[in-house]
Amino acid sequence: MSPAHEVALELDCREMPCPMPVIELARHLADVEVGELLAVVARDPAAAVDVPAWCRMKQQEYVGADAADDGAPRYVVRRVRVGSS
Amino acid sequence: MTAASTGPGDLDAASSAPLHPAAREVLLAALDRGYADPRRLHRAGREARLLLDNAREATADALGVRPDEVTFTPSGTHAVHLGLLGLVRGSRRGDGVVHSAVEHSAVRHAVAWGARGDEVGVTGDGRVDAGDLVRGAIAPGTGVVALQTANHEVGTVQDVGDLELPDDVPLFTDACASMGRLPLPDGWAAAAGSAHKWGGPAGVGVLLVRKRARWRNPFPGDDRVDERSTGFENVPAVLAAAASLQAVVAERDEVNARQHELVDVVRRRVTAEVPDVEVVGDPDRRLPHLVTFSCLYVDGEALVTELDRRGFGIASGSACTASTLIPSHVLEAMGVLTHGNVRLSLQRGTTRADVDAFCDALPGVVAEIRSRVGL
Repeated sequence: MSPAHEVALELDCREMPCPMPVIELARHLADVEVGELLAVVARDPAAAVDVPAWCRMKQQEYVGADAADDGAPRYVVRRVRVGSS
Repeated sequence: MTAASTGPGDLDAASSAPLHPAAREVLLAALDRGYADPRRLHRAGREARLLLDNAREATADALGVRPDEVTFTPSGTHAVHLGLLGLVRGSRRGDGVVHSAVEHSAVRHAVAWGARGDEVGVTGDGRVDAGDLVRGAIAPGTGVVALQTANHEVGTVQDVGDLELPDDVPLFTDACASMGRLPLPDGWAAAAGSAHKWGGPAGVGVLLVRKRARWRNPFPGDDRVDERSTGFENVPAVLAAAASLQAVVAERDEVNARQHELVDVVRRRVTAEVPDVEVVGDPDRRLPHLVTFSCLYVDGEALVTELDRRGFGIASGSACTASTLIPSHVLEAMGVLTHGNVRLSLQRGTTRADVDAFCDALPGVVAEIRSRVGL
């Protein structure tokens, strides 16, 4: 797999344990404009469940999973509303 | 005897409950009376055999089954392995096992070891899609369907008795989370339970195999009193487990109503008083004593540790607290947050004051852990 989405910002959380990838996502959501995509690259297996769950709880849009340039799992989120963490 | 070491803050009955008072006396008496080999014809052997038969009858009576359908095993896990794999071995249709995605790891390990698994998904509250399960059962090569009575992590009760399966596809039900607390459902060919979850001693599992079920021993046999069991029977523990089961069944109307209400208090207060929390599992059709929730941005291990420091013992399905880095497959299958997870399960003596003390402490603990990461 390779990147399937053009994202405005990619967060490198490759080496972070749970729940750090989701914390990074919350911290940096406001760094992209409403309508733009934000991606979290994480090897933590919990991120595959927790990023979509975070989107549901925070009313943001989970776009899907693809892979970063190096093949690491990447989870793509669209900021659809102001407000976040 | 000293008092039980569990304090009011031990809220992890689903992992293991302390010995029920009804079991304690029976266990102590049986340690002296039930040591001998129940197969021997001498006086001590006959005495052990009598106690073993009593335990079987009491267990059958408490569960509403026949005594010859009851087998005692060395653990609930072993009862699951024997029950499920014995049905697979007895099947004329094949070695396929259709099971829910939220079965206990004992079921998953048994399937991985001796069958072909076909996993069926669950809804957001952890209930299996009965239609998918039945469709899987009809497929060629499916020998057995496995569905838990209730989920051990989130408490959701499954519709085990309502499944309309083909006549030649038996149902195995893992009843470890509910046995004693809830009546057994209908429709199963084999079932398993675990005594330490109902206040019996550890090291006692219960395997139930229906009289007409096609069950064949999947493991080497033995020459014990019960043809399905192997190894020397732990007669005192089995008798104590039966005594506890009888007591739990006798008091469950009162205990369940009380616990159901206390869990409602926890569900309500946690939702209202902790920001960014997700209380999961079916709010109504659930185990009476168990509730699970996940707190956003909270490390599960930190949460367990901080609550323990304040006197509260809880379990967690978060990866950061497990021996592996893999989060709970149950939470994953439900698609709910896996980090910051708490599973709280009430003891039979847990009071409103105990539950309130936990709910009073929780918001501060969560806020403190979140503040460590600046959230």
